[in-house]
Amino acid sequence: MIFSESWLREWVDVPVGGAELVESLTMAGLEVGGRTPVAGEFSGVVVAEVVAVEAHPAAESLYVCQVDDGVSSHQVVCGAPNTRVGLKAPYARVGAGLVQAGEGGGDRKVGAVGIRGVESGGMLCSAEELGMAESSDGLLELPADAPVGTDIRDYLKLDDNSIELDLTPNRGDCLGMLGLARDVGAMMRLDVAMPPDSEPAATLEDEFPVRVSAGKECPRYLGRIVRGIDLDAETPLWMREKLRRGGLRCIDPVVDVTNFVLLELGQPLHAFDFGKLQKHIDVRLARPGEKLTLLDGKELELQPDTLVISDGAGAVAMAGIMGGMNTAVSERTSDVFLECAAFAPFAVAGRGRAVGLQTDAQQRYERGVDYLLQHRAMARATELLLEIAGGEAGPVTEALGEIPEARQVRLKFASIARVLGVEMPRGDVLDIFARLGFAALEESAEAVTVEVPSYRYDVAIEADLLEELARIHGYDKLPLATGLNRQNMGRAPENKIGLERIHGHLVALGYQEVVTYSFIEPDLAGRFGAEAGETVELRNPISRDMSVMRGSLMPGLVQTLRYNVNRRQGHLRLFETGLAFGRAAEGFRQQAMLAGLIAGGREPKNWNNSGETADFFDAKGDLESLFGLGGRISRLRFAAAARLGLHPGQCAEILLDGKRAGYVGALHPALQREFELPAVFLFEVELDALCRREVPAAEEPSRFPEVSRDLALVVGEEVEASDIERTVRDAAGPLLASLRVLDVYRGGAVPAGSKSIALGLTWQHPSRTLGDAEIDHVISSTIKALQTGFNASLRN
Amino acid sequence: MTDLDELAATSLAAVEESADEKSLEALRVRLLGRKGVLTGHLKNLGALPVEQRPAAGQQINLIKNRLREAIELRRLALERDSLDSRLQAEKIDVSLPGRRRASGGLHPVTITLDRVTRIFRTAGYHIAEGPEIEDEYHNFEALNIPENHPARAMHDTFYVEPGTVLRTHTSPVQVHVMEQGEPPFRMICPGRAYRCDSDITHTPMFHQVEGLLVDREVSMADMKGTIVSFLRAFFEEAVDLRFRPSYFPFTEPSAEVDMSCVGCGGPAKAKACRICKSTGWLEVMGCGMVHPRVLEMSGVDTVAYNGFAFGLGVERLAMLRYQVGDLRMFFENDVRFLGQFN
Repeated sequence: MIFSESWLREWVDVPVGGAELVESLTMAGLEVGGRTPVAGEFSGVVVAEVVAVEAHPAAESLYVCQVDDGVSSHQVVCGAPNTRVGLKAPYARVGAGLVQAGEGGGDRKVGAVGIRGVESGGMLCSAEELGMAESSDGLLELPADAPVGTDIRDYLKLDDNSIELDLTPNRGDCLGMLGLARDVGAMMRLDVAMPPDSEPAATLEDEFPVRVSAGKECPRYLGRIVRGIDLDAETPLWMREKLRRGGLRCIDPVVDVTNFVLLELGQPLHAFDFGKLQKHIDVRLARPGEKLTLLDGKELELQPDTLVISDGAGAVAMAGIMGGMNTAVSERTSDVFLECAAFAPFAVAGRGRAVGLQTDAQQRYERGVDYLLQHRAMARATELLLEIAGGEAGPVTEALGEIPEARQVRLKFASIARVLGVEMPRGDVLDIFARLGFAALEESAEAVTVEVPSYRYDVAIEADLLEELARIHGYDKLPLATGLNRQNMGRAPENKIGLERIHGHLVALGYQEVVTYSFIEPDLAGRFGAEAGETVELRNPISRDMSVMRGSLMPGLVQTLRYNVNRRQGHLRLFETGLAFGRAAEGFRQQAMLAGLIAGGREPKNWNNSGETADFFDAKGDLESLFGLGGRISRLRFAAAARLGLHPGQCAEILLDGKRAGYVGALHPALQREFELPAVFLFEVELDALCRREVPAAEEPSRFPEVSRDLALVVGEEVEASDIERTVRDAAGPLLASLRVLDVYRGGAVPAGSKSIALGLTWQHPSRTLGDAEIDHVISSTIKALQTGFNASLRN
Repeated sequence: MTDLDELAATSLAAVEESADEKSLEALRVRLLGRKGVLTGHLKNLGALPVEQRPAAGQQINLIKNRLREAIELRRLALERDSLDSRLQAEKIDVSLPGRRRASGGLHPVTITLDRVTRIFRTAGYHIAEGPEIEDEYHNFEALNIPENHPARAMHDTFYVEPGTVLRTHTSPVQVHVMEQGEPPFRMICPGRAYRCDSDITHTPMFHQVEGLLVDREVSMADMKGTIVSFLRAFFEEAVDLRFRPSYFPFTEPSAEVDMSCVGCGGPAKAKACRICKSTGWLEVMGCGMVHPRVLEMSGVDTVAYNGFAFGLGVERLAMLRYQVGDLRMFFENDVRFLGQFN
């Protein structure tokens, strides 16, 4: 909503300057988005009359005019095509200061000059030259009764600003000067001077039948025939200026008048070419397959929830949104049918957007147009139209749907202090309600019941009334309280590791956190597969690049790596936490995951390392270290596995208590080559598995000596370390305190196809010293188990 | 000069000439050891006439003591020398970089989220999380945004299927918590939110922290006090704040919170400031008293309880706090940008 500041001041005698007014509006909930002067900064320009025009002797396109500025006559050379005798136009006297058009234009003094040999003193001005238009094609024509010699700033009230309001959707009532003035009156406790109501007499008897079939959608529909209007008539300058300062363009008297009433009262109107309407008007919902071509040429197949205005032949307008092309007013129109209606917000909301339309009418109806305003607006529009374009009006035909019942809301005075934290005198409360149009129906010591005015669709409960009081009183005047200090013991759960702890650990391990979009490119997503269930696609993605919900965090990390490798940042450890998505049997799987990536060197090349590249065990080691935070490494197992996107020979599933919690592995070499990346190792694990922890139950350390033995075994290549480990743990008895894989060796004396694995075992008894014989016994049964299980032999 | 005198003199000279601890030790053994020269002399005392024995024995012991003393002195000297040369040899260039793992870092959005949650945690708020694929009921209806409400248009919703959306704010988490628990509630819901909008000042994914306090006798003054304390704690300075009426379907009354501009310091000095467009104010949060209908729909007794809610944009706070000029930097994940927050 854009409006002229001086227009507002015509209605409310605001005692403060523009900057303060802007502040007041914003602080009362009518946020001001901008305030711009309606004309350039100039002085010394007056109303003048062109009294004589002659052709310039040396230039075909120039005129030599005699101009009367009320003081004397001046000779002015002018090139404007509308230069003519009797024209009243703004005249910049010699010495006047005009602002140069364009960005950063400085002052320009108007002087007396010679133009192609003819003297010219002062200058006749166009709207553009006065900063009133982006461009002009002639002199600004002033009304014939403009008093010669009057300063143009005073005459056109140019010391004015266009104020733009960014209204919230609940305040449809302020989408017109009427409602805006009412609100400003309330916030400043000033009376509002409204223009007097008028009801131009109907001089015709012609009526056009009107019917409302969709009564819930259309509470009220008024129609009236106006015959014999002159569309060539000029819209008066005062109206053109108010429209311009309200951000609207002038079109023709009919459009200008309906737009003016829209700005003044907030009531949209529509004019049909009466000659093109057939039989009657019916306000109804669209029929299946019904079509309509709109004013802007758009052809629509109407949805059945669309409210339409139809005549005997079919839909002629999308109600409250836009009229149809076939019944539009054209240059040849002389008889119009004026429509002034109340449409329910629910019947209009969203319908325009659904077909890509955003109109001023729709904006107002969606938010709610006063359902008692139509007669007043129709009278006002008729009055202005007859005044400007002539013609004669018929009587107003009214059809009613379901008129909403006025709501009554009760406010307990005690609620003010309770909810707003401030005491307000009863008199102030009632005064604010009265100024906002909330009539007090019933008053008692404890409460007041008010009737919600028909233009306030946003008020239905006590909280709404409290907001009205708070915003008029001023949110800033509400105190700051800190009365919520009731002790509230926090929680410190120990069976979970906080994400902060995991974050801190990863950072210490050298990982940089990234945050990538949850929606990714479908092909990339496909390379890594969706772990559980089908991929989730967006119905209305921003672009194909961001059209499926990630089923894994790995592709986002790889994508981020590519971005950084292209910027020569190749040695990276990255991680991200977030949800991975998939379709589940019922609904969706939304699993919190942690994913990590290692690329390039284990460490940045340095004087004390040889820049070794990272490998699988760097990623696995970091993961183990993470699980160590919860003391769960011993319950972790890594089993060779296959996963889309990972190297089939360097990929493991992570099993926690035997249940899969994630994967770790090398990026598939084919992807690595395609993406032009260094070796990449990835892991991804369910965050829940990582965060779980047991509350420790301490055991006293044994005070008796440990006994250690090393074993070197030769086994086949296919035997996995974890198999050996499990067998040893089973066979080595409950006193085995630690088991380490000391070495893995191939070649030399070890036959091809086999490998040697060296194990370090330590035993300890909690309450006595272990004897050599006992250890020799478990060692030999351990060796036996390994021989049986893996055909292992001892190496010396 | 006797043989013994000569032995003493040559031995002492040999001690002085010994070059290192090892040869000195060998010398000591040769002279003073169990099978050493002087021990030999002592053993041979028996061969002397009885009357000469005491004097000779005394002389030998005297020499032994002198030699022992000299060897000890020499040993100390040699030890000192060898330590000195070892220290010389072991000198390192301490200015070389240490053997360390390059350190990582957290994303500025996470850093900001962590600070916000830490501040609210100290005030007794607990942290709640919820799904990002959400049903329309929890994202809209339960927050008093019925179908065709103009506020829905402002949300630019991503749809997964009819009736299922990517949450457009983290507010639905509050609904879940209220549905499942009993008041009073003090919670914040940090997380990702999505809107179908992408330009210089909007990314289709962003982070929000939504807060909710429901208790007996909660007023707007309490809400203002809470938000002022939070923002001052977050920015670690006494920023000026103003509350102005606004509109959110789920709160009534509703307010927008403006903070004095971090760039120019506020409206008094706001000439030509790019951060606040010379208004002196920056929108930082939205808030309001929870709409009774929202409480009712989630099963909270509105006679006994009321409360306030607030929402803030995490990227917005991070931009203001860390002087980040372009929102999109947060999701490009250029490690040269991210590394600056470590």
